[in-house]
Amino acid sequence: MANTTIGRSAPATLAAAPWRIVAGVLLFAGAIALPFGLSDYQAFQVTLALSYAIAVLGLNMLTGFSGQISLGHGAFYAIGAYTTAILMDRYDWPYWATLPVAGADCLIIGFLFGLPALRLEGLYLALATLALAVATPQLLKANALEDWTGGVQGITILKPDPPAFLPIDADRWLYFFTLAVAALMFLLAWNILRGRIGRALRAIRDHALAAEAMGINLATYKAWVFGVSAMFTGVAGALSAIAVQFVGPDSFDVFLSIRLLTGMVVGGLGSITGAIWGALFIEYVPNIADQISKAAPWAIYGIFLIGFMYAMPTGVAGGLRLLARRLIGRRPPSNG
Amino acid sequence: MATRRLVLTTALLGALAAGPAVAQTPGVTATEIKIGQTMPYSGPASAYGTIGKVESAFFAMINDKGGINGRKVNLISLDDGYSPPKTVEQIRRLVEQDQVLMIFQSLGTPSNTAIHKYMNAKKVPQLFVATGATKWGDPEHFPWTMGWQPSYQTESHIYAKYLLQTKPDAKIGILYQNDDYGKDYVKGLKDGLGDKAAKMIVSEVSYEVTDPTIDSQIVTLKGSGADVFFNVTTPKFAAQAIRKAYDIDWHPLHLLNNVSNSTGGVLEPAGLERSVGLVSAAYFKDPADPQYAQEPGMQEWVAFMKKYYPDGNLADGFNVYGYLVSQTLAQVLKQCGNDLSRENVMRQAASLNMSLPLLFDGIKITTSPTDFHPIKQMRLEKFDGKRWVPFGEAVTG
Repeated sequence: MANTTIGRSAPATLAAAPWRIVAGVLLFAGAIALPFGLSDYQAFQVTLALSYAIAVLGLNMLTGFSGQISLGHGAFYAIGAYTTAILMDRYDWPYWATLPVAGADCLIIGFLFGLPALRLEGLYLALATLALAVATPQLLKANALEDWTGGVQGITILKPDPPAFLPIDADRWLYFFTLAVAALMFLLAWNILRGRIGRALRAIRDHALAAEAMGINLATYKAWVFGVSAMFTGVAGALSAIAVQFVGPDSFDVFLSIRLLTGMVVGGLGSITGAIWGALFIEYVPNIADQISKAAPWAIYGIFLIGFMYAMPTGVAGGLRLLARRLIGRRPPSNG
Repeated sequence: MATRRLVLTTALLGALAAGPAVAQTPGVTATEIKIGQTMPYSGPASAYGTIGKVESAFFAMINDKGGINGRKVNLISLDDGYSPPKTVEQIRRLVEQDQVLMIFQSLGTPSNTAIHKYMNAKKVPQLFVATGATKWGDPEHFPWTMGWQPSYQTESHIYAKYLLQTKPDAKIGILYQNDDYGKDYVKGLKDGLGDKAAKMIVSEVSYEVTDPTIDSQIVTLKGSGADVFFNVTTPKFAAQAIRKAYDIDWHPLHLLNNVSNSTGGVLEPAGLERSVGLVSAAYFKDPADPQYAQEPGMQEWVAFMKKYYPDGNLADGFNVYGYLVSQTLAQVLKQCGNDLSRENVMRQAASLNMSLPLLFDGIKITTSPTDFHPIKQMRLEKFDGKRWVPFGEAVTG
């Protein structure tokens, strides 16, 4: 597997620091200016894409960095979204206060699910998590939970107003709110992954036995990374619920989990910036496919997917990095 | 100099005065009416996608004939994959970016629920939603939303009336799908039976969409001694129920909900000989039924399908459904004349009184400011082993 920013992060970061800072500042300025050039609807789309980016990032920590495949992250997205919707609708919580609860919910549930499930390896774990994704819509419809979840009707929530002192409308405010949370989550992920924990996770992915021999507690690490990954996805779900203003069992079917997985692979396994590319793929490619053909939108989607994987087998992030190296004139690195 | 200023001022004032008149409703120009919809072209409900296609084909035909009051109708139909968040996104695109006059026939109960408040807050017509839930006809709270087809409860009321008239001592056993669709039907039947409901309904059992079979439920119902079986199931389960009831030698009066009364999709897999005597309700003519083949309305539809939607299935009732709804919208737009404001669209949609050749005789489309359920009538029909034979008059539910 072609390895990534993280593998050579320490020296590279120092060497490339000046242009990285410039790029960071430009990106930040662009992100601030962006919604003012967009219509309300486009600002909403970008807000959704940001929430997908956080979810893909969470999944990437689990799959890209520590090598555990999950087909069930849509379930955590749903738990996060429902936590927010229930707290806002039934208990009149302010929207921002629901995010930590949504994250904590998913952290705990993810950790508890992770403890037994992560004793399963590879594809077996994938199947166990798939069960989670398949069960979610039905649990959300269950009669026993109907007082909370609204059953098949779902829950409609009100769009939060921007603070009175800011001269912007609700859609732009929601974009900035989501952007701030996303920045925080990306920073958090970067902090977790660049140091000792990140190295341990990659060691588990590349050779579990060797990692264990070096004193890494496999079960603990795996369960924690599952929990943290679920927490990221839960926060993303919460943000999407606020933006969409509706949650229902049909919003979180098994395809959601698969879309997140697809976005992660397309964006770049084991790459932090890849999450953003993956999110853009999740958000925009189905729309493009629909524009091209009403008869077979999924076939078009498939062609896009194959095209991306063929042109950039290490994901968009990997492809761009390769391209940058070529342009700068350095030799592409050997794998690993 | 003074004259020039006067001319300029007059021109400016004139422009200001003309301004509001020129700036019309979004989506309407002198030559075009832009409307939008979401359809599940991909995803678990993609079988319904044909409805969006037949509707696009219908307006292509209208435009070939010169449009409506001189304006072409531009229907923008977008895929939402039956996923509510995607519906919200696509509807916002249609309303805010494409600036459509209205949303027409968006499909699915969850998808329409997700945009219900938004459409009414934005005061954009959400016309003729493609779902049978009862909540779409609520002009008091949602004056911008209107259903079209008979609601599930309407259909149940019709069965209730039939039972009260012909079988007042019936012992009813109900099998229903455990979701809003199933519960809507059951509520309708209970309301329709009134205070006799408690006495007449002897057994109520449900199933989950994910259950592999419903055999045990059928056995339970038979054991309850019911002599009327109200079958509120989706096609796969309906076929199982018909087969199982016959095989365990249970022969009640079998009421089969409209959702599953397709001859090809349900009765043939269940076995036509097992389906003899089934009673159901319908409101439009089945294109697969040869008894309507010679009628001018049906022939017109076939000609339309062959020219504008040649890939469409001529035996698929959804293609008749989409055609009928489109005809209804065409009538609304015709009635609007040159006043294509959103308010007038709702006013005209709420003052319909029309019949269409592909609806059963006697069934009319009627609305009023307090009645947002365009079709309220259905006809009962009985299966004779080959086809559904309508009996009795059109009944209002």
